[in-house]
Amino acid sequence: MISAPDVVAFTREEELEDDLYREPPLPEEYSVPLFPFAGQGANPWAKVAGSKFTRDFILISEFSEQVGPQPLLTIPDDAKVSGTFDLNYFSLRIMSVDYQASFVGHPPGSAYPKLNFVEDSKVVLGDSKEGAFAYVHHLTLYDLEARGFVRPFCMAYISADEHKIMQQFQELSAEFSKASECLKTGNRKAFANELEKKLKDLDYTRTVLHNETEQQKKANDKGYYTTQAIEKANELASVEKSIIEHQDLLRQIRSYPYRKLKESEFHPYEPECALDRADVGSDQDLTASDPAEPGETHLYTHMPSYTPKLIKAKSAKCFDKKLKTLKELCDVYFFTQTLDQLHHIERTFRGDVCYLLTEQISRALLKQQSVTNFLFEDVSFLDEKPPEKQYRGCQGLSQDAIDEKCSEESLAPKVVISLGSYKSSVECVPIKMEQEMEDSEEPKMSESVMSEHQENLDYLDADIKGSISSGESIEVLGTEKSGSGLTKSESQASLPVIPSPQAGRSKVGSRRTVSEDSIEVLSTCPSESLIPEDFKASYPSAINEEPYVDDDEGGLRFTPRLNPGVDDGQDDVSKQESLVQVDAACCIGKESPNFLEPLPELGQKLHEEDGVVRIPPQPYRPAEQGLRGGFPSHDGLSAGLLPYELDSRYLTGSREVSKSSLEECSDSTSYISSAASTCSDRTPSPAHLACTAGERHRKRAGQNALRFIRQYPFAHPAIYSLLSGRTLVVLGEDEAMVKKLVTALSIFVPNCGVYAKPVKHWVTSPLHLVDFQKWKLIGLQRTVSPAGVNVLHALSRYSRYLSILDADSKTLRCPLYKGTVVARLADHRTQIKRGSTYYMHVQSILTQLCSKAFLFTFCHHLHLPISEREPEESIVNRRINFLKLQLGLANEDIKIVQYLAELLKLHYIQEPGQGGNPLLRFDYVPSFLYKI
Amino acid sequence: SSVQTIGEEQIQNRYTELLVLKGHQDIVRFLVQIDDCRFASAGDDGIIFLWNAQTGEKLYELHGHTHKITAIAPFSSSDGTEEKTDLIITASADRTVIVWDCTSGRQVQKVSCFHSTVKCLTVLQRLNVWLSGGSDLCVWNRKLDLLCKTSHLTDAGISALVELPKNCVAAAVGKELIIFRLSASNNGSEGWNVLEVKRLVDHQDNISSLVSVNDLTFVTGSHIGELIVWDALDWTKQASECNFWDSSVHPDVQPEIKLSQSPNETSVQHLTSDEECVFAAVGKGIYVYNLQMKRVIACQRTAHDSSVLHIEKLPNRQLISCSEDGSVRIWELREKQQLPAEPVPTGFFNMWGFGRANKQANQAAKKMLENTPVYFLELVGDLIGHSSAVQMFLYFGELGLATCSADHLIILWKDGERESSLRSLALFKKLAQNGDLQLKL
Repeated sequence: MISAPDVVAFTREEELEDDLYREPPLPEEYSVPLFPFAGQGANPWAKVAGSKFTRDFILISEFSEQVGPQPLLTIPDDAKVSGTFDLNYFSLRIMSVDYQASFVGHPPGSAYPKLNFVEDSKVVLGDSKEGAFAYVHHLTLYDLEARGFVRPFCMAYISADEHKIMQQFQELSAEFSKASECLKTGNRKAFANELEKKLKDLDYTRTVLHNETEQQKKANDKGYYTTQAIEKANELASVEKSIIEHQDLLRQIRSYPYRKLKESEFHPYEPECALDRADVGSDQDLTASDPAEPGETHLYTHMPSYTPKLIKAKSAKCFDKKLKTLKELCDVYFFTQTLDQLHHIERTFRGDVCYLLTEQISRALLKQQSVTNFLFEDVSFLDEKPPEKQYRGCQGLSQDAIDEKCSEESLAPKVVISLGSYKSSVECVPIKMEQEMEDSEEPKMSESVMSEHQENLDYLDADIKGSISSGESIEVLGTEKSGSGLTKSESQASLPVIPSPQAGRSKVGSRRTVSEDSIEVLSTCPSESLIPEDFKASYPSAINEEPYVDDDEGGLRFTPRLNPGVDDGQDDVSKQESLVQVDAACCIGKESPNFLEPLPELGQKLHEEDGVVRIPPQPYRPAEQGLRGGFPSHDGLSAGLLPYELDSRYLTGSREVSKSSLEECSDSTSYISSAASTCSDRTPSPAHLACTAGERHRKRAGQNALRFIRQYPFAHPAIYSLLSGRTLVVLGEDEAMVKKLVTALSIFVPNCGVYAKPVKHWVTSPLHLVDFQKWKLIGLQRTVSPAGVNVLHALSRYSRYLSILDADSKTLRCPLYKGTVVARLADHRTQIKRGSTYYMHVQSILTQLCSKAFLFTFCHHLHLPISEREPEESIVNRRINFLKLQLGLANEDIKIVQYLAELLKLHYIQEPGQGGNPLLRFDYVPSFLYKI
Repeated sequence: SSVQTIGEEQIQNRYTELLVLKGHQDIVRFLVQIDDCRFASAGDDGIIFLWNAQTGEKLYELHGHTHKITAIAPFSSSDGTEEKTDLIITASADRTVIVWDCTSGRQVQKVSCFHSTVKCLTVLQRLNVWLSGGSDLCVWNRKLDLLCKTSHLTDAGISALVELPKNCVAAAVGKELIIFRLSASNNGSEGWNVLEVKRLVDHQDNISSLVSVNDLTFVTGSHIGELIVWDALDWTKQASECNFWDSSVHPDVQPEIKLSQSPNETSVQHLTSDEECVFAAVGKGIYVYNLQMKRVIACQRTAHDSSVLHIEKLPNRQLISCSEDGSVRIWELREKQQLPAEPVPTGFFNMWGFGRANKQANQAAKKMLENTPVYFLELVGDLIGHSSAVQMFLYFGELGLATCSADHLIILWKDGERESSLRSLALFKKLAQNGDLQLKL
């Protein structure tokens, strides 16, 4: 191979020992890596010295057989982005890594040229001189005219931040795999078309040659062959051979295993492939069985446009011919799809890594809160397809749950390292498929299996390499079954069958996917030369870390019920006790770490217990999903009631702490972000990072909300109305003003389901009772016309269901609020300046409310009698006590939590399929008129 | 006097949750209970809906009538041997009567041999027959065989039917009250004959409501506010409070009333009763007439902004009324602590003078009052939801209250506390089902 570029070194492991990491103020999964140069007082958002481009971009390059490595296009397609950065030079660097051990042509022992369905390779490399680091995704596309039928391409995500590349490797890999898959699908289609045309040409040529030979034969009665005749015969023979070769190629390309596409959720458009295949099959049969009548028209009726050409025996050497462009190589449709995907990637990974990480972590965590997340979170993200990496573990688990065979596997931690996590990029020929089927249980396991054992690591390492090389050999050699068998046994031999004490203690750790660590990045590099020795050494320590909750002193843990299938045996045993334990779980005041509210105190405590924090924050790991995400969920993957064990004394006690810390936190955030906006030109400020519509909306809403709470002294009762489910009508003449207010207030509106926010920005007709069921925040037009009278009449008629904010006269008619939650939520003296910051502040308090509502909803004793003859009153008392004393709610705050709890109940008991009747809950409470 | 209002604070009103049931495309006029948790609704769109009273789920949508529904009656038949089937009978302005099976939601049978619209339906459970009243009275058995019928009575037709003891029924036909008796015919085993027994012509105006109080009494009310209490056995007037509420007959009563009362407002819209009292919806007001004392013991003359359309007595001394003004009000009949020295506030009790021929009697009544308990109707809550006249309501006890209205909606009013705890129950049930209740350590 060509010389290895300076592969990114893993310096992080050394930093782990740093004091800096000893006591991070936040729970581990929330903290982000400290800026390496923080000690020097540098601004972390300042432009990284040395990089010659302004922001991350994607580069597509080709190793052209004519001119060598050359850049094809960049995304975004803007000269400013790459700046003075030398794309040509960098293309050379990244293409030089191309391992492409693919062999196309006549492999030994095979009569025909063999198409190799090469897997993509993914590497990270860096160029410290240029200040550029890149995730490089190599792929090959087929081109009939190219040397060996293949043309190597690569897509690279180039960033100045090496951490970003390393941390986001999984995501990048997943996303680029999709893009690559799309390109390749289009390419296969185009290649097959090309082959068909070529076949037609060849057929035509053969016919012509055949006729000529026949004529010569007839003309020739001398009994011996002229050189001309021999030449013709040779030519004919070579054409025939070529036909067979091309037919074989066509068969190979057609036989590409499509099932892979079905597995992934990414479906590039696959037009009439089945039809094509069927047609081709018949074509082939016909052409093979009846070579005497090749050019028969009916065979090609479905492609009438193409007229076959005569192929010259010796085509010109290809340096003068123009190679196909990428767009030609792939179908235009697929090409644009790919570009879309790449643009999507660019958007997704824009910005600083800490932002990306936090975003990913909180998203992943939120996703786990299937019981409560619908209340205040963006509806859109719940529907969104999860980032590949974060859910692979999860998917693997559910697969396990489904696959009973799998669950029968032993409980001992099983380490099967395979390319499972990169499955999507592995392409197989049919022979390989068989082997896969035999092994089908193992890869599935392996996806969720992880070893934290140092001793295993050598095995691990070897195993990875082994399986990769074996995989390749299988593919290349095609039929070598023995080879695969050997590999299998080898890999089994390398399994750590001995369950270690550690493994027994923490199944969680043992089931983490290997691939979650960015270290594996290089392990997937088939080229061994790319893995430096020191790198291998650093490998173990990185993998050896354990989630902190596994600490024995950690007290109560969330159920690490990662693999329900596997644990089933235990389930049955523990079922009985657990029913008893449920009660205990509901009890208040038990000492347990608080996972629901990751407040600073808690983080501190946990880290103290843990001793040393050994790892910098990692991208979200599925193992911890089991820990933290053990909320009862519909998919049965849940862990039971444990989350209830939240220590509510702690909750109440820490309210003040959390309050102050929150404020500090948000203040500093706003400081940082404002600083960022002034001095960052390389990356947009975090607020802008994901420039999605939702983001912008949030920012605007936050800004408007800030303005609202500053302007209106009666913001508190208005927000209380929204939080307690009383519809708030914003009445005004000016549509823009009303809509602005509605937008501002919409961030306080709890969702009723996973559908849309119950917010109606602008209504001109009189309101009806049904509207209050549907909408919790309504902007209403005030007119002086007779119709307007009706509108007002309806308002006064239904006034008991409504709070009315009059935007024109600046009055509010709504019930009294004397609680404390809203005061924290909407402090008009807040120092928060930025809309997005305020939005986050609101989210954090709403999340607290959610967790309280969750506790209240799912505490068994608060709703059901402990003993059979317990009177209803004592339950009611217990409920009120819980709300007041344990959750520390005062006055009207109780109603907020009760309303949220009601929504949670409705959401939980509602059957997935049916929408359920929307119901309207209300109170008979007097309203008051507030004026400025 | 103005309508009594209640503030936003309604402690005794336990209906803090509502479900809007949509489906009808026209005025919903009838609600009828099928069993503990199901009810049917019908109205001018000719469609009958079956609902679950707990969840508000729409069970069936019954199409068959082409015109508006004029009468509906439940008919649960238990033959003893067969299992109980819940049927409902509906009559429509298209001159058909259809029997529906509530369990399957299917039409069982349809009769379309009527000469006029059937305006009322009564099921005589005891005899296992049902009666239809239009321009004539027909008697049917369960299988919809016409057993017998009367001759043509009037063009206006029978407006109300009520079952009386001894196989008799009372039918209100215009101003007249006709008593019919059903007798087994001599020739057939299941044959019945219907005979007109008596015609009572005591009402001055059309009889608008007819209700049976108990086995011994039934009550009628007319458009001009007459209320007559009848003996159910010999069909004699027990208490003939004719023109009781009509101020024109008693020019000496308070002018206040005279002003406010027009003929339309004295019409007895609906009557209901418990063992002691008859509750009458008269015009905008509600009156409580005690059968024992034979006088009105409490009233609320302007209980609503417009006509009260339906009233019902609840077991817990509460009374619910609904009105054309679109509201539903909950009243409680309370005993007034009367201090002997305190003069009777005339504003409230001027009703006592109503039925008396002169002021002496009035005085006497007042004296009598002093040693009898005094009652009044206290407004304890109102339900505002409909945007148009509330035609009828159905009290489902714990399950709540269903109201139907001219705004095409049915609203299910529920006890929020109870619903909340039911949901908790459901939640923990589901948790247990999902196996989420297990603790894993």
